[in-house]
Amino acid sequence: MSKTMSKISSVDPQILREAVVASFQKLAPRVQLRNPVMFAVYLGSMLTTVLWAHSLATTVTGESSWFIFGVTVWLWFTVLFANFAEAIAEGHGKAQAASLRKTRTSVVAHKLTDHSSRESIEVHATDLQPDDIVIVRAGETIPVDGEVIEGVASVDESAITGESAPVVRESGGDRSAVTGGTKVISDWLIIRVTSRAGQTFLDRMIAMVEGAKRQKTPNEIALAILLAALTLLFLLVVATLLPYSIFSVHVSGQGKSISLTVLVALFVCLAPTTIGALLSAIGIAGMNRLSQTNVVAMSGRAVEAAGDVDVLLLDKTGTITLGNRQATRFIPADGVTEQELAEAAHLASMADETAEGRSIAVLAKRRFGLRGRGLEQIKPHFVPFSARTRMSGVRLNGHEIYKGAAEAVETHIRSLGGFLPEAVHTAVRQVAESGGTPLIVSHDAKVLGAIELKDVVKGGIKERFAELRLMGIKTVMITGDNPLTAAAIAAEAGVDDFLAEATPEAKLSLIRDYQKGGRLVAMTGDGTNDAPALAQADVAVAMNSGTQAAKEAGNMVDLDSNPTKLIEIVSVGKQLLMTRGALTTFSIANDVAKYFAILPAAFAATYPALKALDLMRLASPASAILSAVIFNALIIIALVPLALRGVAYRPVGAAQLLRNNLLVYGLGGLIVPFIGIKAIDLLLSAMGLA
Amino acid sequence: MTAHGFMQIGLYLAALLGCVKPLGIYMARVYSGRGPLKRFVEPLERLLFRCGGIDREREMSWRQYAAALLMFSFVGFLAVYGLQRLQAVLPLNPEALPAVSPDSSFNTAVSFVTNTNWQGYAGETTMSYLTQMLGLTVQNFVSAAAGMAVLVALIRGFTRRHSPTIGNFWVDLVRGTLHILLPLSLVLAIVLVSQGVVQTFSRYREATLLEPSVNAAGKTVTTQGMAVGPAASQVAIKQLGTNGGGFFNVNSAHPFENPTPLSNFLEMLAILLIPAALCYTFGEMVGDRRQGWALLAAMSVIFLAMLAVSCYSEQRGNPALARLGVDQTASRQQSGGNMEGKEVRFGIVNSAIWSVATTAASNGSVNSMHDSYMPLGGLASMWLMQLGEVIFGGVGSGLYGMLVFAVVAVFIAGLMVGRTPEYLGKKIGAFEMKMAALAILLPCAMVLLGTASAVSAQSGREGIFNPGPHGFSEVLYAFSSTANNNGSAFAGLAANTPFYNGLLGLAMLVGRFLVMLPVLAIAGSLAAKKIVPQGPGTLPTHTPLFVVLLVAVVIVIGALSFFPALALGPIVEHFMLAAH
Amino acid sequence: MLKQLRAALVVLAALTVLTGVIYPGVVTAIAQLAFRHQANGSMIYVGGKAVGSDLIGQSFSKPEYFWGRLSATSPFPYNADASTGSNYGPLNPALKKAAESRIAELRQSGVRDARPPVDLVTASASGLDPHISVAAAKYQVTRVARARIMSEATVRRLVDQCAEGPQLGLFGEPRVNVLRLNLALNQLQAQTAK
Repeated sequence: MSKTMSKISSVDPQILREAVVASFQKLAPRVQLRNPVMFAVYLGSMLTTVLWAHSLATTVTGESSWFIFGVTVWLWFTVLFANFAEAIAEGHGKAQAASLRKTRTSVVAHKLTDHSSRESIEVHATDLQPDDIVIVRAGETIPVDGEVIEGVASVDESAITGESAPVVRESGGDRSAVTGGTKVISDWLIIRVTSRAGQTFLDRMIAMVEGAKRQKTPNEIALAILLAALTLLFLLVVATLLPYSIFSVHVSGQGKSISLTVLVALFVCLAPTTIGALLSAIGIAGMNRLSQTNVVAMSGRAVEAAGDVDVLLLDKTGTITLGNRQATRFIPADGVTEQELAEAAHLASMADETAEGRSIAVLAKRRFGLRGRGLEQIKPHFVPFSARTRMSGVRLNGHEIYKGAAEAVETHIRSLGGFLPEAVHTAVRQVAESGGTPLIVSHDAKVLGAIELKDVVKGGIKERFAELRLMGIKTVMITGDNPLTAAAIAAEAGVDDFLAEATPEAKLSLIRDYQKGGRLVAMTGDGTNDAPALAQADVAVAMNSGTQAAKEAGNMVDLDSNPTKLIEIVSVGKQLLMTRGALTTFSIANDVAKYFAILPAAFAATYPALKALDLMRLASPASAILSAVIFNALIIIALVPLALRGVAYRPVGAAQLLRNNLLVYGLGGLIVPFIGIKAIDLLLSAMGLA
Repeated sequence: MTAHGFMQIGLYLAALLGCVKPLGIYMARVYSGRGPLKRFVEPLERLLFRCGGIDREREMSWRQYAAALLMFSFVGFLAVYGLQRLQAVLPLNPEALPAVSPDSSFNTAVSFVTNTNWQGYAGETTMSYLTQMLGLTVQNFVSAAAGMAVLVALIRGFTRRHSPTIGNFWVDLVRGTLHILLPLSLVLAIVLVSQGVVQTFSRYREATLLEPSVNAAGKTVTTQGMAVGPAASQVAIKQLGTNGGGFFNVNSAHPFENPTPLSNFLEMLAILLIPAALCYTFGEMVGDRRQGWALLAAMSVIFLAMLAVSCYSEQRGNPALARLGVDQTASRQQSGGNMEGKEVRFGIVNSAIWSVATTAASNGSVNSMHDSYMPLGGLASMWLMQLGEVIFGGVGSGLYGMLVFAVVAVFIAGLMVGRTPEYLGKKIGAFEMKMAALAILLPCAMVLLGTASAVSAQSGREGIFNPGPHGFSEVLYAFSSTANNNGSAFAGLAANTPFYNGLLGLAMLVGRFLVMLPVLAIAGSLAAKKIVPQGPGTLPTHTPLFVVLLVAVVIVIGALSFFPALALGPIVEHFMLAAH
Repeated sequence: MLKQLRAALVVLAALTVLTGVIYPGVVTAIAQLAFRHQANGSMIYVGGKAVGSDLIGQSFSKPEYFWGRLSATSPFPYNADASTGSNYGPLNPALKKAAESRIAELRQSGVRDARPPVDLVTASASGLDPHISVAAAKYQVTRVARARIMSEATVRRLVDQCAEGPQLGLFGEPRVNVLRLNLALNQLQAQTAK
């Protein structure tokens, strides 16, 4: 999707056109009611419209109709601009959704009526129920989300991931989940349906990016309360200004009480319209930004929580290290040559198709030129690796050659009456301490020596962790390794902590412990055995390559299946909150200048002495009020790009961030409107409108 | 201003800061049940609780706590109301003062129960000694202790995790009264008597005048009556409990309430003593003293700024008088400045400090007449009240009000650093924001709406004394004062009328209970939450940066809410005076 | 609810006794024992007759007396049964009028100095201010001396004797107690007349 999503630009004329249309459609009261701040502006605009109509109809000399018209027009613009901001953010989402929807054309499914005979009937994908069994052959589209129960096939998932290389899907293990809308390229799959049509992963993804299911997040609700309270406060301030003004006219004996038009104008200028107008756009844009990093969030709440994460659990393998431990050294026991050891190790690894096993063969070949001998002749009996024994090996002419985890092999030879020589024991310990994984090779009851396997830490990972530390996030490495190995790798990779010899239960309880301490935990996972931990974590990113269970348990799915993506996710979450905070501050700071523009203008006739407050020396009272209203409307449009893009986040300490943002948006918000209003006033006078 | 003036300000601040730590620690120990006076007071407490059927080990939810507080306040209201209405037939009324009118009794009862101590009445011509003692002095103690109790409940909200309760109101109330307010008052009262504050149950005094005077009716007056009474005991607690209701009409400007510069210094110190020290208590109780210092710093910044404004404008004097050739320059022989409504023994500096301290704290006692202040001097006082009485504020109420602002500041700051907001490890959610908004909004609304109705209604306009925008300031000041439970006044306003007694009474009720309830709700909600540990991503709330932010939030909300109203009152008056 | 009511009543009653009866009672007892003079109004007696209080000002308008602050009490100035300030706002025409008429009186009484000290032309907060500034006292020396047919130097010396500096050298403003000064004047003149 990186190809499909990120190319949607904010100046796409199609999106712009649609957003303009939507701005007007959103004028429906039902839509406006959703945003209390803008609804108040909406009502104000209606009021001034009535006042304008009234001023046209009556000949009583009051305020000039032109002035009321000017204010009215710009108040409506304020409402429209807010609508536009929301519409354009939604437009991005819609464009993404459209590209996803293309893949969800009506699909015909072959539902198996009899499993063994492969007899099937054609049904519409939408008629499929969970637990139905379907068969999908090469060239067909997988109708709904499901679990592969039989078969191996390569599947093109580019529709949702944007990744053109096909992936392998097979029954059992961690690669059994398939997504509706993806295409089988070769072979066939028998799939058990896991979700109803319309509720598939793809459907949910479309709903999320489209914003159809967008619910207000807790923080958004809290902010909305603050904004509503401010709006109410300013409504009171403005409403009570009328009796104050009447009284002031009474005691000063001059001037006229403040007009309704000016009161409405003042109210709209004071109300936090800037943030009110952009609030929903910021939320939608946050989700969009997340999509652009190829992560699909299942709820806005999760995105928000991402900004708060303080502990990040990372699987060692594939995330911190390249994933495969490699054999780097043979350490023979006393009285055994290195070559003997290498040969035995080679033999024992022959049937070991794991990367580790292969790396032993590679090392043996490189060191001593060993190759696979004619195995058929010696009729070996291979003992494959098993998680229970943690050894693999070969039985050959009544002899047994094994290689495996130090403890496992030690137990094995002891059972045969052997022992672990002191030198080998020391070697094993040294290897483990240096972060490697020691294996032991045995020949019947005799220990031949050890093999050193080493993890290779990914380049640049240490810097990323340092970045996380600056963000205030603690990184914890999860590994099945023994504590010694884990400690060495943890040190090399620069993580803050590690959990060694991790079992799914240990992971779960680690998360619970952190949460009990009040911390917010993020983790990534892909396997079915990660599901409980994913469900427990506050921010759980499932790899798209992972199992259906993992994806169901997580609240985000990373389409790129890149475990370090969490760093981007956290940034997006923080950006989302920061943008809200920055624009709220900006919006409130703006009010100062607006007071200085409108108050002297409104009371110029009653109290000429208040002219002293007109710091901007505006051309006329009418122009002052109009300039403030126009500025208030234009600033919304001016800030749309910022709302969509988000405030830049740099991983520095909280205090530093606050200082920067306060300076830019607080102080800036104080100063900018003084300049802006003055400029508009100059323009109005130049055009002879003031 | 003279060097002596600066020295007096410095001395005041030094003395105040010097008391913060010891008293702060003492109060923290009291509220944790480890008060040093426990040995003496505990038997008394035991007896009291047994009679009242109170189990002091049993803690209350925030709703129960609020219910107990409301019940206690209501009973107190009835007592003060009843005493005033019946004082004519009750003992200890040597001047045979008649029953107080129903509307004034209502207003005064509300006023003292809400710790506002707005005086619609003139003490020496209205209240019998019995009413002053059993009604007013008692409420001076218990309304202050109730405010402190709510603060302590809120602090418990911050320190507890997953707790359904926030303490026991009765225990907190009695502890605050007996361990803190009573001993301090006893000491202060006696020192004040030594300076000349009267303390007697005898009749008003009389003296033969040196030079006979002529009264308004043209009759010669040869004697001077002098109102006295048990004043010192009441003055001590009125200052310490940020009550401010004076024994006499002119409050601490009266020579029998505040006879010497030293008594003045001690009374001023008493105004801010407990509110300032409570900051330290807060830090101590939440386990991070820096948090308390930060709040104290934020308060001090605004306090000092307003003090500077007030000193400057008062010392500069009145241009209208300058034009008459009046000498208003400060020198070794006179304090100069705007002396209308001020006493010579206090001069400009001690009047200005008092006016700022008494309005920063929700004390409301005066040693000079705020109505006669220069526009900017009056503005400083008025605005300090409009900020919500959080710059020191009332005992307890000031700090809990400031904590509400801190919650808002943390919310905005939290967003700006990209974290959902938290304060002292407690996440600030929608519920807290709702309650904080109510606590800030309601008093503001009451000020604005009250002023609007008073300047619109004929009965409201009739009470206005001064002409021009100053008349508007009088009304605005009255509602700013009552809706924020301060109690000081632009005293020209004739407020002892059914209209003002009723409306201002309502303002006081709103300003007290409709703030306390949301605060207790926040306390309850926070107590039930977990505590998030601090990390490098957490915004520290003890740094100068946070102090700046907190100050900015308080000022911006106060300024945005009241700038238009102030523009039509003191601000325009200032410009008119300048152009005069 | 009833339980809360009982608790409220008992706590209020108990605290009323403690803070409303015992506390003022104890303070009064100590005050009457230790500070009898101060606790009862710091009265000044001349020949066994109360002539005023050290703390409460009196109205003076005869030229032979030093005048105090303006007083806004009613029905007559310095009515210590009903304290009050003028409450004039700084722009109130009445404030200017009061100052103007005071200045006229001062001038009329023969003071040459063109700049009257501000405390002499303004009303005090309590209406009972016993003090004027040292400057205000010095301002009136010529008039008083002339009216009493005393040397200005003698009167000035008396003013200096009566002048109070800051209390403990720290608190308050330079001031003179008007009643005390006038009593001292009377006494001085009586002594010289003997």
